[in-house]
Amino acid sequence: MTELPAAHTSRLPQPGPLPNRLQLTDEGQLRHMLTIEGLNRTLLTEILDTAESFANMNEKAVKKVPLLRGKTIVNLFFEASTRTRTTFELAAKRLSADVLNINVSTSSAVKGESLLDTLRNLEAMNVDMFVVRHEESGTAHFIARHAAPGISVLNAGDGRHAHPTQALLDMFTIRRHKGDFTKLKVAIVGDILHSRVARSQIHALNILQTGEVRVVAPRSLLPADVEQLGVHVHHDLDSGLQDVDVVIMLRLQRERMEHAHLPSEHEYFQRFGLTARRLQLASPTCLVMHPGPANRGVEIESAVADGPHSVILEQVTYGISVRMAVMSMVMGAHQS
Amino acid sequence: MTPEVPTLLDDMAARTRELLEARGIEAPIVVGIHSGGVWIAEHLRERLGIQRPLGKLDISFYRDDFSRIGMHPQVRPSELPEDLDGEHVLLVDDVLYTGRTIRAALNELFDWGRPASVSLVVLVDRDGRELPVCAAVAGAHMELGLAEQIKLRGPEPLSLERVAVEPPEGADG
Repeated sequence: MTELPAAHTSRLPQPGPLPNRLQLTDEGQLRHMLTIEGLNRTLLTEILDTAESFANMNEKAVKKVPLLRGKTIVNLFFEASTRTRTTFELAAKRLSADVLNINVSTSSAVKGESLLDTLRNLEAMNVDMFVVRHEESGTAHFIARHAAPGISVLNAGDGRHAHPTQALLDMFTIRRHKGDFTKLKVAIVGDILHSRVARSQIHALNILQTGEVRVVAPRSLLPADVEQLGVHVHHDLDSGLQDVDVVIMLRLQRERMEHAHLPSEHEYFQRFGLTARRLQLASPTCLVMHPGPANRGVEIESAVADGPHSVILEQVTYGISVRMAVMSMVMGAHQS
Repeated sequence: MTPEVPTLLDDMAARTRELLEARGIEAPIVVGIHSGGVWIAEHLRERLGIQRPLGKLDISFYRDDFSRIGMHPQVRPSELPEDLDGEHVLLVDDVLYTGRTIRAALNELFDWGRPASVSLVVLVDRDGRELPVCAAVAGAHMELGLAEQIKLRGPEPLSLERVAVEPPEGADG
């Protein structure tokens, strides 16, 4: 495979000034969840601890708590999603909130005025929280800036920018298996350039003081300034996997191929696909993670995705607990 | 003058044993409410010689004041190692005051199962009830008024402490 030149024009998206002044209250409590960037270790740990309390709810006969009874949560999805929307919906329902699912067609490229119109209309229905997914970076920030006081906004993925609850559920999964982050080597493999998941994961891993964070990708799938994020860059999967405790595979979006970032799926799998043989380079207790949905035979071999190291389905289960934690914390922050 | 906790525990154990005998209950499940209630429940379970594992409830997700004060920063997972269906439960807390904690604990208990009975055992039964809740066994009864709280310090050694409070507006402790 010929190495394509690094995409120098693709700087990291910066969707707005001082997100923390937006997402935290004056007392430092979480009011919106827009990005992991800038949050501190104490707060991330508090979210993970709260999620831990929700994680054993499945043992109860009634898998619900009355915490958000009477609150209305709107899933506002401008981009297709099954897993994320469903787990946000289940999280809200297990907190006894009422949920409204609104899927806005992606073709009608909603922006500016019309987005505000949608927002004002929903606010007029006295809703309490927006869970927002949009193909444009910064949409959740935009909504948070314009939402009425008392309304919380959760970012469920904005463009290439951030997907904070996904990163948190990944941290939760890692913590459950490995405990302390400071001794861990974690590799994130694949399309870092287009991945909001990777960006949020890198921030979270660094805030939690992970021993070593690696990104493994061809140059054409790395942002030019990726090292600023505090990661070690590998262009070779074998070296990137050496002794890692956790490997996070990213989905290779097939549509990116068409934009000439990659020659072929087959070649990509040859160089960057995770196989059982390659996994032997990692620590014997290495966790294999994937935010889903996985392209089997493109970035990951089926035997690995379904193998003993895989915690991919646990990630889905924990996604509910982590989203419950974030939802209850942001709703609580409006009260004090 | 605040009473000594071990003395109260001895007395509570004796009266709980009488209660269980009167009701023909042989092996109840002891469930403590975090944190003080769990400390008291552990001692009580030991004094009663109950072998069944201790249950622990954190009622944070069931409180009725969430909409006023938000999330408690340190929520611990509730642990009920045994199925509650058809079991007799001894629900244990440190101080019975407004009764709101017990209401929340009952709501949570019934999300875990359907116990045959629930009996409330508390270290201190104080004035200020706002709900129809009544303890089957109480170590001590106190009249404190609005200006004072009673706190259990622990886990080792356990001691009771009276603290002055400025009653906040619309206090419901």
